Amino acid sequence: MSQSETPLRTRWYTKLFGPGAASGRALVIFAPVAWLTVFFVVPLAVVFGISLAIKEFGRPPYSDLLTVGEGGTVQLTLHLSNYLRIITDPLYVTAYLSSIRIAAISTIVALLIGYPMAYFIARARDPWRNVLLMLVILPFWTSFLLRVYALSGFMRGNGVINGLLGIFGIEPIQMMQTDFAVYVGIVYTYLPFMVLPLFTTLVKLDVSLLEASADLGAKPWQTFWSITLPLSLPGIAAGSMLVFIPAIGEFVIPSLLGGPSTLMIGRVLWDEFFSNTNWPRASAVAVAMLLIVVVPIMLMQRAQDAVVEGRTR
Amino acid sequence: MRRNWLILSLTVFGFAFLYGPILSLIIFSFNDNRLVTVWSGFSTRWYAELFADTQILDAAWLSFWIAVASASIALVLGTLCSVALVRFRRFRGRTALAGMASAPLVMPDVITGLSLLLLFVSMESLIGWPAGRGVGTIIIAHTTFCIAYITVVVRSRLSDLDLSLEEAAMDLGATPVRVFFDITLPIISPALVSGWLLAFTLSLDDLVIASFVSGPGSSTLPMVIYSKIRLGVSPDVNALATIIIAIVTVGVLAATLLQMRRSARKSS
Amino acid sequence: MAKKPQIAAETRPWRDPDAQPFVRISGVTKKFGDIYAVDDVSLDIYKGELFCLLGGSGSGKSTLLRMLAGFEEPTVGSIAIDGQDMAGVPPYRRPVNMMFQSYALFPHMSVAQNVAYGLKRDGLDRTAITERVDELLSLVRLEGYGKRRPDQLSGGQRQRVALARSLARRPKLLLLDEPLGALDKKLREQTQFELVKIQETLGVTFIVVTHDQEEAMSLATRIGVMNEGRIAMIGEPQDIYEFPNSRFVAGFIGSVNLVEGVVTEDEDDHVRIRSAELGCDIYVSHGVDCAPEQILWWAIRPEKITLTREPPEGDANVTKGTVEDIAYLGDMSVYRVLLESGKRLTVTRPNLHRSDPDGITWDEQVYASWGGFSGSVLTS
Repeated sequence: MSQSETPLRTRWYTKLFGPGAASGRALVIFAPVAWLTVFFVVPLAVVFGISLAIKEFGRPPYSDLLTVGEGGTVQLTLHLSNYLRIITDPLYVTAYLSSIRIAAISTIVALLIGYPMAYFIARARDPWRNVLLMLVILPFWTSFLLRVYALSGFMRGNGVINGLLGIFGIEPIQMMQTDFAVYVGIVYTYLPFMVLPLFTTLVKLDVSLLEASADLGAKPWQTFWSITLPLSLPGIAAGSMLVFIPAIGEFVIPSLLGGPSTLMIGRVLWDEFFSNTNWPRASAVAVAMLLIVVVPIMLMQRAQDAVVEGRTR
Repeated sequence: MRRNWLILSLTVFGFAFLYGPILSLIIFSFNDNRLVTVWSGFSTRWYAELFADTQILDAAWLSFWIAVASASIALVLGTLCSVALVRFRRFRGRTALAGMASAPLVMPDVITGLSLLLLFVSMESLIGWPAGRGVGTIIIAHTTFCIAYITVVVRSRLSDLDLSLEEAAMDLGATPVRVFFDITLPIISPALVSGWLLAFTLSLDDLVIASFVSGPGSSTLPMVIYSKIRLGVSPDVNALATIIIAIVTVGVLAATLLQMRRSARKSS
Repeated sequence: MAKKPQIAAETRPWRDPDAQPFVRISGVTKKFGDIYAVDDVSLDIYKGELFCLLGGSGSGKSTLLRMLAGFEEPTVGSIAIDGQDMAGVPPYRRPVNMMFQSYALFPHMSVAQNVAYGLKRDGLDRTAITERVDELLSLVRLEGYGKRRPDQLSGGQRQRVALARSLARRPKLLLLDEPLGALDKKLREQTQFELVKIQETLGVTFIVVTHDQEEAMSLATRIGVMNEGRIAMIGEPQDIYEFPNSRFVAGFIGSVNLVEGVVTEDEDDHVRIRSAELGCDIYVSHGVDCAPEQILWWAIRPEKITLTREPPEGDANVTKGTVEDIAYLGDMSVYRVLLESGKRLTVTRPNLHRSDPDGITWDEQVYASWGGFSGSVLTS
C-alpha cells in the first residue's frame, strides 16, 4: 500500500537561495564556473588560436596573431599552414588512422577479456564478489606509470615471459617496441575501466529473466545471446568508451612499449611540442585530435547525464 | 557446467593478466641481481638504494603535497559544482556547467597539458601571472581535472540523497546553510572521502599534464620515474613500485573491509 | 441536498458560523509549469481538528501540505495560520512541523539527536533539551531507545521517532504526510488509535494526508476529498460516506451501486425516480433539489440493500434478479445480483450464523429492496 510517488516539488534551494539570498546561490555557482571557464574552456580557445600561428624563434616560440602596426592599425594574421600540413603530410594522417585502429582493436580485446570477468564477478556469491571486485579496482588505484613499467619488465627480451619460454626451449620473442606491446599495454591498463561498467549492468540483471528464458525453452547460449547480451549493452557501450577515448590520445604506453614505428597522435603531439618545440603545430594536432574524440565524448556525457538525472526522478 | 568452466578459466586468465606483471615486479624488487631474469638471491639493497636517492624522495614529497593541495581545492569546487548541478535545477548556464564539469574526464591528457601550458604562457605575457611555471601551475592543472572526477562521485551521491531529509531539517528550524552543514555534508561525507582519494591518486599518478606545465626544479615523482625507466630497468623503481602497491593495497583492503562490515551490520 | 442528523456544535467548530478558523487556505492555486497541481482550493481548518486530506496520487493533496509547510509557495491565493499570513515565510520560521512520508530520520544521528534537532535550533539549553527528549520518547513509548540509530529500528519504531521529532517544538499545527503508509496492516490499525490519542492529549491541530480511505475515516474529525487538484467534498467521515455530494466522492469512498434515472415526481417531501437500469422506480423519502424529467444518479451502499426470496410489499424500491456470484469474506458475504437489464448490484450481508443451510445461494431468483432514506441522489 505504500505510495512511492514523489510529490511534485519546486527545489526550495532554488527558491531560498533565490531573490532574497541571491548571493549565496550565485557564489555556489560562480566558483566552479569561473574556475572551469578560466582553466578549461579558455585554454582550449587559446590552443585553437595558437594553432593558427606559426613557429618562430623566441619566447614564446610562435608568431603573434595580432600585431599593432604604424599609426595604431591592428593586423590579424592567421596561418592555416599547420592544418594544411596535417592533412597533406602522411606522417599525421597515418598517426591518426593508426591511433584509431589501435584504440579500436584494444577496446575489442578488452571487451572480450572483460566481459567474462564481469559476468563471473556479477554471478559470484557475496563475500567472493566483493573480493573479486576489489581485485579489479586495486590496480586502478596503483600508479598507471608503474603498471606500464611492470608490463614492460614482463615482456622485454630478457623478461619473465621469454624466461618462461626459454624453459620450454623456445627462442625469445621480440615483444617490446612493437604494436603488439601497445595493444597489450592498453588492454592491461584500461581493463578495469571495461570490467566495472559491465559489472554494474550485469549485476543488476534480474536472474529470473534468465530463468524465464530457460523455462521457455532457450538453451544457455540462446539465453545469453537474446537476453543477457542485449540487456548489458549500456555497460558495453560505457566500458568501450572508457577504454577507447583515453586510448586514442595515449602517450605513455606507445612511448614506453611501442617501437619507433608505432605512430599515435598523442605521441606525435608530444614530439612536436617537446622535440621540435613547434607549439603551433602541436596545437593544430590537438585541435584535430579533439575532432575525433568529440563525438564519443558527447555520447559519453549524454549517457552520464541520463544515469545521474534518471536517479533524481 | 562446461560454460561455467569456460567463464571461470577466462576470469582466471583475466586476473592472471592483471596481476602477473605486478607480482613479478614485486618479486624482482627483492632480487639481488640487476637483471630481471636472473634470480641471484633475496636482498633489500634496492630499497636501501631507493631511500638514498634524494631525487626520488624529493619528487615523491613534492608530488604528495601537490596531490593533497589539488585534491582539497578540487573537493571544495567539485562539491559546489555538484550542489549547483543537483540542487539548482534551473539556472542559466547549467548545461554549460554540466559540460565543463564532465568534459575533462575524457579529455586526452596531452591536450589538457598543452592547453593549460599555452594558457599560462599567454597569461604570463598578458598580465604577468603566473610568473614562470612550477608547483603552482601543476596544482592548478591537477585541480582542474580533479574537479571533474570529484563532481562525478559527489553528484551521484547527492542526487541519491533523499530531499526529504533536508526538508525535514529545515522544517525543524534550520536555515539552508545550517541544513547543508548539519545534514547534507555528513551524509555525503563517504562520497567526499572517496572523491578526495580518487583525486589524490590521479594527481599523484599524472605524468603527461605535469610534464607540460611544470617548470625547472618542480619534477614530480612520475616525471622522475619516467625519465628513469625510459633508460631501461632500474631495480630501485621496482622497490618504489612495491612500496606504493603495498600502501594502496592496505588502503583499498581496509576500505573494502570497512564497507563490507558496514553493509553486513545494516542487513543484520 | 440530503438531510443530515444535527448534533451539538460545541465540539464541532466548523458547524459554528462565528468560529475563527486556525488555518485558512483561500483560493490557493499551485502550478508546476503548465500543470495545475492544486487548483483554486479554499479550506478552513479549526483548532484541535484532525483533518484528513484524502485523494489518489496526483490529486494535489501532498502539494497542498507542502505549501502549508512552506516548501512550496502558492502561485495564487493565500495561506494564513493562526491569523498570520504565511506568504514569504520560509519553512524554518513557520509555527508548523511536518512528519514526512519517508520519516526522513537523519541517518547519521541517534534517535535522541533526531528528536533534539529542532530543539537545538530553537536554542534551548542542554538540560531542557534532554528533559524534553525524554518526555517525547516516553510519549511515543520509546524510552531507552535514545542511543539507537534509525537503521537499528523497526518500521513502527521509526514512525514513532518521526512523530516525536515533529512534535518536539510544540508546533501549533502538525502536518502528517501518509503517516501510516509504510506500516503493515496490523501495525497500521494499532498506530491509528495511538495517533488519535496523542492528538487528543496534546490538543495539537493535525492535518493528515492519506490515500487510504479507511485510515481517513477512522482518524479524521473531518475529511477533505481531493480530486485533480480540487476539493471534491469537505465533511465529517459519516457525511462523506452516507451523504456524498457527487458520483466521484460516492465512488471513491467505499463501494457503491450507482444507477442513472429520470425524475418522474418532484414533491417537497419525496421524489420518485424511474430507473431503466434497476428496472423499477426509486422512491426517495425526502425532498431533493431537482426538476421533473431531470436525469440524475442515485447511489446506494451494498449493505443498505436487503435480499429476500419473497417479494416485499410496495411498488417502488424493489427489483428482481439472479444471484450470480457469492464471495465469502468471513464476517460478511458479497452477493452479485444480475438484474434483468444486465446491470449488476453488489449487496453485502453479515454472516450472522456459522452456517446457514437455508441461505440464499447461487442462481437463485431474489428480490433486492431498500428503504426510502437509504440511497443518495446525486446531480453531479
